[in-house]
Amino acid sequence: MNLQSEIPLQYMVVLSTLVFFIGLLGVLIRRNLITMLMGIELMLNAVNINFVAFNHYLFPHRLEGHFFALIVMAIAAAEAAIAIALIINIYRKFLTVNVDDVDELKY
Amino acid sequence: MTGPKIIFFILAASIVVFSLLSVLDRRILRAAIYLLFVLVALAGLFYMMNFQFLAAVQLILYAGGIVVLIIFSILLTSQINSKLDAPRKSHLLSGLITAVGGIALSLATVIPFVFKATASDAIGTDMRTIGRQLLDTGEFGYALPFEVISILLLAALVGTIFIARKSKT
Repeated sequence: MNLQSEIPLQYMVVLSTLVFFIGLLGVLIRRNLITMLMGIELMLNAVNINFVAFNHYLFPHRLEGHFFALIVMAIAAAEAAIAIALIINIYRKFLTVNVDDVDELKY
Repeated sequence: MTGPKIIFFILAASIVVFSLLSVLDRRILRAAIYLLFVLVALAGLFYMMNFQFLAAVQLILYAGGIVVLIIFSILLTSQINSKLDAPRKSHLLSGLITAVGGIALSLATVIPFVFKATASDAIGTDMRTIGRQLLDTGEFGYALPFEVISILLLAALVGTIFIARKSKT
Protein backbone atom coordinates (compact mmCIF):
# COMPACT_ATOMS: atom_id res chain seq x y z
CA MET A 1 0.00 0.00 0.00
CA ASN A 2 1.49 3.32 -0.96
CA LEU A 3 0.13 5.76 1.55
CA GLN A 4 2.02 8.75 0.18
CA SER A 5 0.00 8.94 -3.01
CA GLU A 6 -3.30 8.57 -1.16
CA ILE A 7 -2.91 10.83 1.86
CA PRO A 8 -0.58 13.83 1.84
CA LEU A 9 1.63 14.44 4.86
CA GLN A 10 -0.26 17.68 5.47
CA TYR A 11 -3.37 15.73 6.50
CA MET A 12 -1.43 14.05 9.29
CA VAL A 13 0.06 17.34 10.45
CA VAL A 14 -3.36 19.00 10.46
CA LEU A 15 -4.78 16.11 12.48
CA SER A 16 -2.00 16.27 15.05
CA THR A 17 -2.33 20.06 15.32
CA LEU A 18 -6.05 19.72 16.05
CA VAL A 19 -5.51 17.03 18.69
CA PHE A 20 -2.69 19.01 20.33
CA PHE A 21 -4.71 22.17 20.73
CA ILE A 22 -7.80 20.27 21.88
CA GLY A 23 -5.61 18.79 24.61
CA LEU A 24 -4.33 22.26 25.47
CA LEU A 25 -7.93 23.48 25.67
CA GLY A 26 -8.66 20.66 28.09
CA VAL A 27 -5.73 21.62 30.31
CA LEU A 28 -6.80 25.27 30.28
CA ILE A 29 -10.54 25.00 30.94
CA ARG A 30 -10.69 22.13 33.43
CA ARG A 31 -9.94 22.55 37.11
CA ASN A 32 -9.92 18.85 37.95
CA LEU A 33 -6.45 17.30 38.16
CA ILE A 34 -7.45 14.07 36.44
CA THR A 35 -9.02 15.77 33.42
CA MET A 36 -5.97 18.00 33.15
CA LEU A 37 -3.84 14.84 33.06
CA MET A 38 -6.06 13.54 30.25
CA GLY A 39 -5.45 16.73 28.31
CA ILE A 40 -1.71 16.20 28.68
CA GLU A 41 -2.06 12.64 27.39
CA LEU A 42 -3.87 13.99 24.31
CA MET A 43 -1.04 16.44 23.68
CA LEU A 44 1.60 13.70 23.98
CA ASN A 45 -0.34 11.56 21.51
CA ALA A 46 -0.53 14.43 19.04
CA VAL A 47 3.25 14.67 19.18
CA ASN A 48 3.47 10.93 18.53
CA ILE A 49 1.36 11.27 15.37
CA ASN A 50 3.84 13.82 14.07
CA PHE A 51 6.90 11.69 14.86
CA VAL A 52 5.44 8.61 13.22
CA ALA A 53 4.11 10.47 10.18
CA PHE A 54 7.41 12.24 9.50
CA ASN A 55 9.24 8.95 9.90
CA HIS A 56 6.94 7.19 7.48
CA TYR A 57 6.68 9.94 4.87
CA LEU A 58 10.03 11.69 4.86
CA PHE A 59 12.70 9.36 6.29
CA PRO A 60 11.61 5.78 5.63
CA HIS A 61 15.25 4.59 5.57
CA ARG A 62 15.61 5.14 9.34
CA LEU A 63 13.42 4.32 12.31
CA GLU A 64 14.14 7.44 14.35
CA GLY A 65 10.57 8.68 14.63
CA HIS A 66 9.42 5.22 15.57
CA PHE A 67 11.86 4.94 18.46
CA PHE A 68 11.19 8.49 19.57
CA ALA A 69 7.47 7.71 19.72
CA LEU A 70 8.24 4.60 21.78
CA ILE A 71 10.27 6.66 24.24
CA VAL A 72 7.52 9.29 24.45
CA MET A 73 5.08 6.50 25.30
CA ALA A 74 7.34 5.16 28.06
CA ILE A 75 7.72 8.64 29.53
CA ALA A 76 3.96 9.18 29.32
CA ALA A 77 3.44 5.97 31.28
CA ALA A 78 5.92 7.03 33.98
CA GLU A 79 4.35 10.48 34.10
CA ALA A 80 0.83 9.10 34.45
CA ALA A 81 1.90 6.77 37.26
CA ILE A 82 3.61 9.56 39.22
CA ALA A 83 0.77 12.00 38.58
CA ILE A 84 -1.84 9.55 39.80
CA ALA A 85 0.17 8.77 42.94
CA LEU A 86 0.31 12.50 43.63
CA ILE A 87 -3.41 12.90 42.92
CA ILE A 88 -4.32 10.10 45.34
CA ASN A 89 -2.11 11.69 47.99
CA ILE A 90 -3.63 15.12 47.39
CA TYR A 91 -7.10 13.60 47.69
CA ARG A 92 -6.18 12.02 51.04
CA LYS A 93 -5.07 15.36 52.38
CA PHE A 94 -7.63 17.78 50.89
CA LEU A 95 -10.55 15.44 50.01
CA THR A 96 -10.77 17.09 46.60
CA VAL A 97 -8.80 17.07 43.35
CA ASN A 98 -9.83 20.52 42.27
CA VAL A 99 -6.71 22.63 41.71
CA ASP A 100 -8.36 25.79 43.02
CA ASP A 101 -8.90 24.20 46.44
CA VAL A 102 -5.44 22.70 46.71
CA ASP A 103 -3.60 25.75 47.97
CA GLU A 104 -1.07 24.47 50.50
CA LEU A 105 2.34 23.07 49.76
CA LYS A 106 3.32 22.03 53.27
CA TYR A 107 1.91 18.75 54.38
CA MET B 1 -12.25 7.93 -2.69
CA THR B 2 -10.15 4.85 -2.24
CA GLY B 3 -9.92 2.40 0.62
CA PRO B 4 -7.01 3.88 2.60
CA LYS B 5 -8.42 7.36 2.22
CA ILE B 6 -11.82 6.33 3.56
CA ILE B 7 -10.20 4.55 6.51
CA PHE B 8 -8.00 7.56 7.21
CA PHE B 9 -10.94 9.95 7.23
CA ILE B 10 -12.96 7.67 9.52
CA LEU B 11 -10.01 7.41 11.93
CA ALA B 12 -9.23 11.12 11.80
CA ALA B 13 -12.85 12.12 12.33
CA SER B 14 -13.21 9.79 15.29
CA ILE B 15 -9.94 11.03 16.80
CA VAL B 16 -10.97 14.69 16.56
CA VAL B 17 -14.60 14.17 17.66
CA PHE B 18 -13.76 11.93 20.61
CA SER B 19 -10.92 14.13 21.81
CA LEU B 20 -13.27 17.12 21.74
CA LEU B 21 -15.88 15.11 23.65
CA SER B 22 -13.29 13.94 26.15
CA VAL B 23 -12.26 17.52 26.82
CA LEU B 24 -15.76 19.01 26.93
CA ASP B 25 -17.86 16.29 28.58
CA ARG B 26 -18.59 17.14 32.19
CA ARG B 27 -19.10 13.54 33.30
CA ILE B 28 -15.56 12.56 34.12
CA LEU B 29 -15.86 8.81 33.64
CA ARG B 30 -17.27 9.31 30.16
CA ALA B 31 -14.40 11.66 29.39
CA ALA B 32 -11.98 8.84 30.25
CA ILE B 33 -13.84 6.43 27.97
CA TYR B 34 -13.73 8.95 25.11
CA LEU B 35 -9.98 9.23 25.69
CA LEU B 36 -9.81 5.44 25.30
CA PHE B 37 -11.55 5.71 21.91
CA VAL B 38 -9.05 8.36 20.79
CA LEU B 39 -6.14 6.13 21.76
CA VAL B 40 -7.55 3.09 19.96
CA ALA B 41 -8.16 5.13 16.79
CA LEU B 42 -4.58 6.36 17.01
CA ALA B 43 -3.37 2.77 17.13
CA GLY B 44 -5.29 2.22 13.89
CA LEU B 45 -3.53 5.21 12.37
CA PHE B 46 -0.11 3.79 13.33
CA TYR B 47 -1.13 0.48 11.82
CA MET B 48 -2.02 2.26 8.57
CA MET B 49 1.50 3.66 8.42
CA ASN B 50 2.99 0.16 8.71
CA PHE B 51 4.19 0.55 12.29
CA GLN B 52 2.54 -2.58 13.62
CA PHE B 53 4.74 -2.82 16.69
CA LEU B 54 3.99 0.76 17.69
CA ALA B 55 0.27 0.14 17.22
CA ALA B 56 0.46 -2.87 19.52
CA VAL B 57 2.43 -0.89 22.12
CA GLN B 58 -0.12 1.92 21.87
CA LEU B 59 -2.97 -0.51 22.56
CA ILE B 60 -1.22 -2.30 25.42
CA LEU B 61 0.35 0.67 27.14
CA TYR B 62 -2.21 3.43 26.64
CA ALA B 63 -5.50 1.59 26.27
CA GLY B 64 -4.54 -1.19 28.66
CA GLY B 65 -2.41 0.69 31.14
CA ILE B 66 -2.85 4.43 31.36
CA VAL B 67 -6.62 4.57 30.79
CA VAL B 68 -7.13 1.86 33.42
CA LEU B 69 -4.97 3.87 35.86
CA ILE B 70 -6.98 7.01 35.10
CA ILE B 71 -10.28 5.19 35.61
CA PHE B 72 -9.05 3.76 38.91
CA SER B 73 -8.06 7.19 40.14
CA ILE B 74 -11.41 8.64 39.02
CA LEU B 75 -13.24 5.95 40.97
CA LEU B 76 -11.04 6.57 44.01
CA THR B 77 -11.43 10.33 44.03
CA SER B 78 -14.97 11.16 42.86
CA GLN B 79 -18.53 9.93 42.93
CA ILE B 80 -19.45 7.93 39.88
CA ASN B 81 -22.33 10.19 38.90
CA SER B 82 -20.73 13.47 39.86
CA LYS B 83 -20.44 16.11 37.21
CA LEU B 84 -17.55 18.50 36.94
CA ASP B 85 -18.25 22.16 37.45
CA ALA B 86 -18.87 24.02 34.25
CA PRO B 87 -15.72 25.91 33.28
CA ARG B 88 -15.71 29.55 34.22
CA LYS B 89 -16.56 31.92 31.39
CA SER B 90 -13.18 33.65 31.56
CA HIS B 91 -11.32 30.32 31.48
CA LEU B 92 -13.44 29.04 28.61
CA LEU B 93 -12.92 32.24 26.64
CA SER B 94 -9.15 32.40 27.14
CA GLY B 95 -8.80 28.68 26.47
CA LEU B 96 -10.78 28.90 23.24
CA ILE B 97 -8.82 31.94 22.09
CA THR B 98 -5.53 30.14 22.79
CA ALA B 99 -6.62 26.94 21.06
CA VAL B 100 -8.15 28.54 17.97
CA GLY B 101 -5.32 31.03 17.64
CA GLY B 102 -2.74 28.28 18.03
CA ILE B 103 -4.45 26.11 15.44
CA ALA B 104 -4.67 29.02 12.98
CA LEU B 105 -1.04 30.00 13.51
CA SER B 106 0.31 26.45 13.21
CA LEU B 107 -1.75 25.60 10.16
CA ALA B 108 -0.83 28.83 8.43
CA THR B 109 2.82 27.91 8.94
CA VAL B 110 2.62 24.22 8.13
CA ILE B 111 0.26 23.95 5.17
CA PRO B 112 2.26 26.02 2.66
CA PHE B 113 5.52 24.35 3.73
CA VAL B 114 7.02 21.97 1.18
CA PHE B 115 8.41 18.84 2.82
CA LYS B 116 11.29 17.11 1.07
CA ALA B 117 11.37 13.36 1.35
CA THR B 118 14.61 11.46 1.28
CA ALA B 119 15.43 9.42 -1.79
CA SER B 120 16.86 6.46 0.11
CA ASP B 121 15.21 3.07 0.09
CA ALA B 122 12.72 2.34 2.82
CA ILE B 123 13.78 0.08 5.66
CA GLY B 124 11.42 -2.66 6.80
CA THR B 125 9.45 -2.16 9.99
CA ASP B 126 9.31 -5.81 11.00
CA MET B 127 10.09 -6.95 14.51
CA ARG B 128 13.56 -8.22 13.59
CA THR B 129 14.74 -4.82 12.35
CA ILE B 130 13.19 -3.01 15.30
CA GLY B 131 14.70 -5.36 17.86
CA ARG B 132 18.16 -5.25 16.31
CA GLN B 133 18.20 -1.46 16.09
CA LEU B 134 16.83 -1.05 19.59
CA LEU B 135 19.70 -3.02 21.13
CA ASP B 136 22.42 -2.02 18.69
CA THR B 137 25.32 0.06 19.99
CA GLY B 138 26.66 1.05 16.58
CA GLU B 139 25.33 3.57 14.10
CA PHE B 140 21.51 3.87 14.10
CA GLY B 141 21.51 1.89 17.34
CA TYR B 142 19.33 2.91 20.23
CA ALA B 143 20.85 0.93 23.10
CA LEU B 144 21.60 4.01 25.24
CA PRO B 145 18.07 5.51 25.13
CA PHE B 146 16.72 2.03 25.81
CA GLU B 147 18.78 1.67 28.99
CA VAL B 148 18.03 5.24 30.10
CA ILE B 149 14.31 4.57 29.71
CA SER B 150 14.61 1.41 31.80
CA ILE B 151 16.29 3.39 34.59
CA LEU B 152 13.59 6.07 34.31
CA LEU B 153 10.85 3.45 34.64
CA LEU B 154 12.57 1.96 37.69
CA ALA B 155 12.84 5.41 39.26
CA ALA B 156 9.18 6.09 38.48
CA LEU B 157 8.21 2.78 40.08
CA VAL B 158 10.11 3.48 43.30
CA GLY B 159 8.97 7.09 43.40
CA THR B 160 5.33 6.17 42.89
CA ILE B 161 5.39 3.68 45.74
CA PHE B 162 7.13 6.19 47.97
CA ILE B 163 4.64 8.96 47.18
CA ALA B 164 1.47 6.90 47.35
CA ARG B 165 2.11 4.86 50.50
CA LYS B 166 0.39 5.88 53.70
CA SER B 167 2.63 7.76 56.10
CA LYS B 168 3.16 6.04 59.42
CA THR B 169 2.25 8.99 61.62
